[in-house]
Amino acid sequence: MLAKRIIPCLDVKDNRVVKGIHFLNLRDAGDPVELGARYSEDGADELVFLDITATIRSRKTIVELVEKVAENVFIPFTVGGGIQTVEQMDELLRSGAEKVSVNTAAVQNPNLITEAARRFGNQCVVLAIDARRSKAKPDKWQVCVKAGSEPTDIDAVEWAAEGERLGAGEILLTSMDADGTKAGYDIELTKAVSDAVNIPVIASGGAGKLEHLYEAIVDGRADAVLMASITHFENYTINQMKEYLAGRGIPVNL
Amino acid sequence: MLVVIDYNVGNVKSVCNAFRYIGCDVKLSCEPGDIEDAAGLVLPGVAAFGYAVNALGTAAEIIKKVARTGKPLLGICVGFQMLFDKSSEYGRHNGLGLVSGSVVPIPTEQTVPHMGWNQVKLPKDMDLFAGLGSEKHFYFAHSFYADVADNKAKVAFTDYGFDLPASVQKANIYGTQFHPEKSSKAGLKVLRNFAQICEGTNP
Repeated sequence: MLAKRIIPCLDVKDNRVVKGIHFLNLRDAGDPVELGARYSEDGADELVFLDITATIRSRKTIVELVEKVAENVFIPFTVGGGIQTVEQMDELLRSGAEKVSVNTAAVQNPNLITEAARRFGNQCVVLAIDARRSKAKPDKWQVCVKAGSEPTDIDAVEWAAEGERLGAGEILLTSMDADGTKAGYDIELTKAVSDAVNIPVIASGGAGKLEHLYEAIVDGRADAVLMASITHFENYTINQMKEYLAGRGIPVNL
Repeated sequence: MLVVIDYNVGNVKSVCNAFRYIGCDVKLSCEPGDIEDAAGLVLPGVAAFGYAVNALGTAAEIIKKVARTGKPLLGICVGFQMLFDKSSEYGRHNGLGLVSGSVVPIPTEQTVPHMGWNQVKLPKDMDLFAGLGSEKHFYFAHSFYADVADNKAKVAFTDYGFDLPASVQKANIYGTQFHPEKSSKAGLKVLRNFAQICEGTNP
């Protein structure tokens, strides 16, 4: 049986890890390579690096970062942020990333998911979805693009299912409402997406206490939990999270 | 010196990075001279089986020849699958035939690809796992698996709804379906053990 995964997320801006609340008010959290190596050492199952600057100038920086991370981190890691083409994905995968995540570009051109899956295999392609509860229909969530700044009319649950059909190997699901609040994952959203797809779902946004991780896995049916604030600012170590989950009967790689 | 076979597949660089990190002298090469002079060979691979076999090209014969002289060889992921006779991934392809068995799809009752950390039961008599205890998690990412048919091969299994072969050892031929280069401390220990096997200082 596969272990449930603990995945620290490193949002990278100008070569520094940063973390905000609801995608805003960024706070510095350290050097990405150092922090990545520390999490790997501490027992993280995977890492996610998101280039939140995602400009043409930052593209080169992120490739160099991926190379440095690959020399120091011996667990799988995903890179995302502003990826638009399979050529860009190829460069990142060759530089040492295990997987790439796409978000805005996949909404604009869903075929990108299929092209990437055919070329690199489904296991390399992560569909990242930033979702916000709809004001008009409170039982639905809408997909937001461009780092969450632009809401669309796309239903997040339907988009996840479509992403699977197109060839995504995994869904990285971020609740914008919960992001950075440390008040817990959006369990309803996580469960709705998990029930709609057969591929692994990574719950993201809102982790603040150990029981939040348990809720996302058991009530939200997530295969993996992603967190930033609670690890970067050292509220909890990866090992503490795993021991807690193991103690409550969740299979983890301890 | 270990030689990591260089043949334009995904994880070649990660495998070199991991060996260098643990202080091993590795060379990335596909030159017959280097392959013959190496203390041990590593055959990585992230690709479809047929693509990998084609990319390997004439180096396959040299690897087979050198492996038969007793030089340690470690296959990883698709490199592991290529140790066997054949595969049915996108057509029929022949492997190196160093271990008897065939590479077949993971049954569809399971989620495919088999991707993530799974626990491997580690037989005491498999040298790659020396010092690792009786069970450890390793990182897997694959859609086909090797159905081992060689009664001379020792096999370590992981549970994925059935006993899935995670590693084999047959004399000087070693292989892991999982990625030791991405399996954190336990994975690095497997690579260190292989390096020691190559140096003749058994782990």
